[in-house]
Amino acid sequence: MLTIKNLRAGIEGKEIIKGFNLEVKAGEVHAIMGPNGSGKSTLSNVLAGREDYIVSGGEVSFNGKNLLDMSPEVRAREGLFLAFQYPIEIPGVSNINFLKTAINEIRAYKGIGPMEAKDFLKLIKEKQALVELQGSLAGRSVNEGFSGGEKKRNEIFQMAVLEPTLAILDETDSGLDIDALRIVANGVNKLRSENRSFIVITHYQRLLDYIVPDFVHVLYDGVIVKSGGKELALELEEKGYDWIKKEVVEA
Amino acid sequence: MAEQNDILEEHISSEYKYGFSSDIETETAPPGLSEDIVRFISAKKNEPKWMLDYRLKAYRHWQTMEEPRHWPLLKYPEINFQNIIYYAAPKQKPELKDLSEVDPELLATFEKLGISLEEQKRLTGVQSNIAIDAVIDSVSVKTTFKEVLAEKGIIFCSFSEAVQEHPELIKKYMGSVVPYTDNFYAALNAAVFSDGSFCYIPKGVRCPMELSTYFRINTSGTGQFERTLIVADEGSYVSYLEGCTAPMRDENQLHAAVVEIVSHKNAEVKYSTVQNWYPGDKNGKGGIYNFVTKRGICLEENSKISWTQVETGSSITWKYPSVILKGDNSVGEFYSVAVTNNYQQADTGTKMTHIGKNTRSTIISKGISAGHSNNSYRGLVRINKGAKNARNFSQCDSLLMSDKCGAHTFPYIEIKDKTAIVEHEATTSKIGEDQIFYCKQRGIDTEKAIGLIVNGYCKEVFNQLPMEFAVEAQKLLAVSLEGSVG
Ligand SMILES: Nc1ncnc2c1ncn2[C@@H]1O[C@H](COP(=O)(O)OP(=O)(O)OP(=O)(O)O)[C@@H](O)[C@H]1O
Ligand SMILES: [Mg+2]
Repeated sequence: MLTIKNLRAGIEGKEIIKGFNLEVKAGEVHAIMGPNGSGKSTLSNVLAGREDYIVSGGEVSFNGKNLLDMSPEVRAREGLFLAFQYPIEIPGVSNINFLKTAINEIRAYKGIGPMEAKDFLKLIKEKQALVELQGSLAGRSVNEGFSGGEKKRNEIFQMAVLEPTLAILDETDSGLDIDALRIVANGVNKLRSENRSFIVITHYQRLLDYIVPDFVHVLYDGVIVKSGGKELALELEEKGYDWIKKEVVEA
Repeated sequence: MAEQNDILEEHISSEYKYGFSSDIETETAPPGLSEDIVRFISAKKNEPKWMLDYRLKAYRHWQTMEEPRHWPLLKYPEINFQNIIYYAAPKQKPELKDLSEVDPELLATFEKLGISLEEQKRLTGVQSNIAIDAVIDSVSVKTTFKEVLAEKGIIFCSFSEAVQEHPELIKKYMGSVVPYTDNFYAALNAAVFSDGSFCYIPKGVRCPMELSTYFRINTSGTGQFERTLIVADEGSYVSYLEGCTAPMRDENQLHAAVVEIVSHKNAEVKYSTVQNWYPGDKNGKGGIYNFVTKRGICLEENSKISWTQVETGSSITWKYPSVILKGDNSVGEFYSVAVTNNYQQADTGTKMTHIGKNTRSTIISKGISAGHSNNSYRGLVRINKGAKNARNFSQCDSLLMSDKCGAHTFPYIEIKDKTAIVEHEATTSKIGEDQIFYCKQRGIDTEKAIGLIVNGYCKEVFNQLPMEFAVEAQKLLAVSLEGSVG
């Protein structure tokens, strides 16, 4: 599904991703952990195609196509979804209208006509239930005045509606209370399928109790320095990052 | 990048889709302005003597006045008022029985504009009907639905017809809100106006459909000077729409209109404008100079006047739709979206004058500047002595789409009564790269993203527009701002 080879990227002349490799197969869940500033959000932004970030080397193929050649909106239409670490507010634009526009743009790209109003409403209702999002939130302006946790939940709601093939969740668990965490994780689990993959960026092992990953990677200074199964997350929780940093320095 | 070029290409070609000019046979006066021209116009229109006298008084007064060049934040070359043609009218038979007698080119023009002058059969409540008065090069060519309206006693006709048929109403109300002494352009208009719309809603009548005037400048070298007068008698209601377009020309054309509204006891008038005069090309060549005086008076208690404007066109906009709140408990509203792109300049806003007790006014202004344009809000809230418990709320927001454009806010407040409560809020923001990227990440391209964000920003104003108009305004906004982020 996603193959990243020796990716190098940075911003404002500073290299942040320094030779990153990752292979995500269909249906897999990969967790990426790593200390603050190690480049996790940068990686997400680069994959999503944010223009401020400059790719200086490497290749990324997504479902057999060259991801780096695509504009951000085409990446999205091809099935890549990013749940933002800091979701953006768009005053005056209702969530519903926003999603309807997005769905119809994605459909148009695939050569399908706009979705019927009643099918759309049905879809919204169904996905709202999936992430237990209050009806009033769906009708409000995109993220405007949402609490931190509500914004995160809204990201998952959008993901559920847009049904991507690859979803990158950038610290979606940060700022969620315990119940919300469970609900969001549940939502993700219900969306797991053999042709949908996830990259879950998190600082906390607890999320991975709910969303059980196939692989855990540690990102440090722009490269993956360690990979393992879900038990690696437990080890990190227990010992912190120092031992890994030491390993890197020694190597 | 290929895609970006496509968008650019499309932008350049779709810049102004109303820019055609039509080959309609016209009758024009020679360029220039003199008492003779004023007399010529009046004679052409078969006007009674009182009307000619009014024009001449206005003309003489105008000669003593100076162009308002200093206080607005607008830069433009000298206007030579002797180079302008003050009268141009499509040639047609004086009395039209039905549409088949109208010049087919003229009908085709309106077809191109998406306006059908054929009176659609009134389907049972499926579509809200709009009665249209079409004004081309200053002359009203067709008013639809007149008979239906007449059944309710509503008068909706061209201004010239009203001068002939309803002189008592014209004499009573014309110039009562905007006297010819008001300002330079109001005086000019009073002297040379060639037509416009008149509307009278009798006591207790709710006008069953939207009334609309559609203005079109066609002939090269002409100025357009039309007058609109709306009178809402006691307890009546009317919603009035105004639209306008012009051909693309290298020259600058002058448009100086006057709109007067009188709202009697318990009456309400909603006046909505979607102004789309040709804005000039991307280098600032050509475009309409739009100098318009719009004012309403809430004459008696519990009356209401609401202005909503979406200004996307014109190379220069000078326009301050205002309300005089004379009656106790009267309400004035001003909702505005003003978009400037390329080298457009807009100096627009409102004046709310509180005279009566418990009068309330609301001002919501949304300025959007792109390209090298300049966009100013200029507003005055005046609370006169004795206007007990007057209240005003103003909110003026500016949105910048580029680093080269300007946004300015000039809010003036004069309070002569201690009981007044006046609130003013203002914000300036730049359209967020973050917002655009967020939209793109959901599959929405840049142009659509800008459309969404800007429409969201203008929502409070669009909510005030009648449905069909709101959709039109949204589309227009998207076209005006195509390729404008940077
Ligand atoms: N716009 C920018 N300009 C300059 N430096 C930047 C910019 N964006 C990110 N960086 C730098 O890049 C590095 C990686 O940042 P990034 O946000 O990817 O980290 P992260 O792993 O997501 O951290 P966190 O766990 O705190 O979210 C940091 O040192 C950060 O300061
Ligand atoms: Mg981060």
